[in-house]
Amino acid sequence: MVILSLLILNKAGGLIFQRDFNEGLKKLSSNDYLVLAGTFHGVHAITSRISPVRNSGGGLEVLESDRFRMQCFQTLTGTKFLIFAEPNQPNIDVVVKRVYELYADYVMKNPFYQIEMPIRCEAFERNLVAYIKPK
Amino acid sequence: MSATKAARVGEDVWKTRIDKVNAELVTLTYGSIVAQLCRDFEGDYLEVNKQLEKMGYNIGLRLIEDFLAKTNMGKCANFRETAETIAKVGFKVFLNITPTVANWTTDNKQFSLIFEENPLADFVELPDDGRAQNELWYSNMLCGVLRGTLEMVQMQVDAHFASDILRGNEVTEMRVTLVRIIDDELPPGED
Repeated sequence: MVILSLLILNKAGGLIFQRDFNEGLKKLSSNDYLVLAGTFHGVHAITSRISPVRNSGGGLEVLESDRFRMQCFQTLTGTKFLIFAEPNQPNIDVVVKRVYELYADYVMKNPFYQIEMPIRCEAFERNLVAYIKPK
Repeated sequence: MSATKAARVGEDVWKTRIDKVNAELVTLTYGSIVAQLCRDFEGDYLEVNKQLEKMGYNIGLRLIEDFLAKTNMGKCANFRETAETIAKVGFKVFLNITPTVANWTTDNKQFSLIFEENPLADFVELPDDGRAQNELWYSNMLCGVLRGTLEMVQMQVDAHFASDILRGNEVTEMRVTLVRIIDDELPPGED
């Protein structure tokens, strides 16, 4: 499994987590990651309004390119998980679900994590790495 | 989603995806929290109710993500569906009980949850000081949990107990009212 990078956006479009797992994407400055998150949040909001398909108000879900495939999963609470993977990576939705579970466990259930704030939970990262990049 | 489907989902998730914990540990932990609050606020039961609600609210804000991640639930189409989901999936998954949904108002914005059993209140007798029986809502944390979880999925509700077997009432009944759907275009604090 080759997952390149994971971004988590809070419901206001603020970047609360970013981590690269494999080489393949250009490194950005931390400010640029914030801009990327904010921009995506805006684009997502627009796509959810102008979707030509009836009753599909979910907004942009997948972005494919020669170099990577980006999948967005938005929870019912408005949090977004963006996963960048290799273009041919299958079953990203399974990965996203599992990442969401890890987030529910190691971020939301950590009593000292402040909701909507940047995630600094060591156990979360440890479990993420163990799942995405098992040794 | 129909009531029967909700029941099936709740049963299934509870069986396959939930780590179980000894029920008495939960009952005793909850009991010591309530008793400690009663001591801290020197028997000001109205304040204790408030604190329990607030604690529940903070739990709810977090618990919703676990609920969604474990159950893979989609959006509810209306408030009736929400009520069934709370009763048959939410309470089932976290407390292994399924309160009955009843007493809808005609505008479909208010319903009751009737608790035939309540693991939080096993072994409990309210203090015999002449006030607790009239003032303390022992399980008030549950009201806060509902308010917190639903707020995270864009529903502002009011939840309060209307009666409690602990007080000598016939049934334990929680009243839930949909105040409004929170418009998520502009999250609070993002002007």
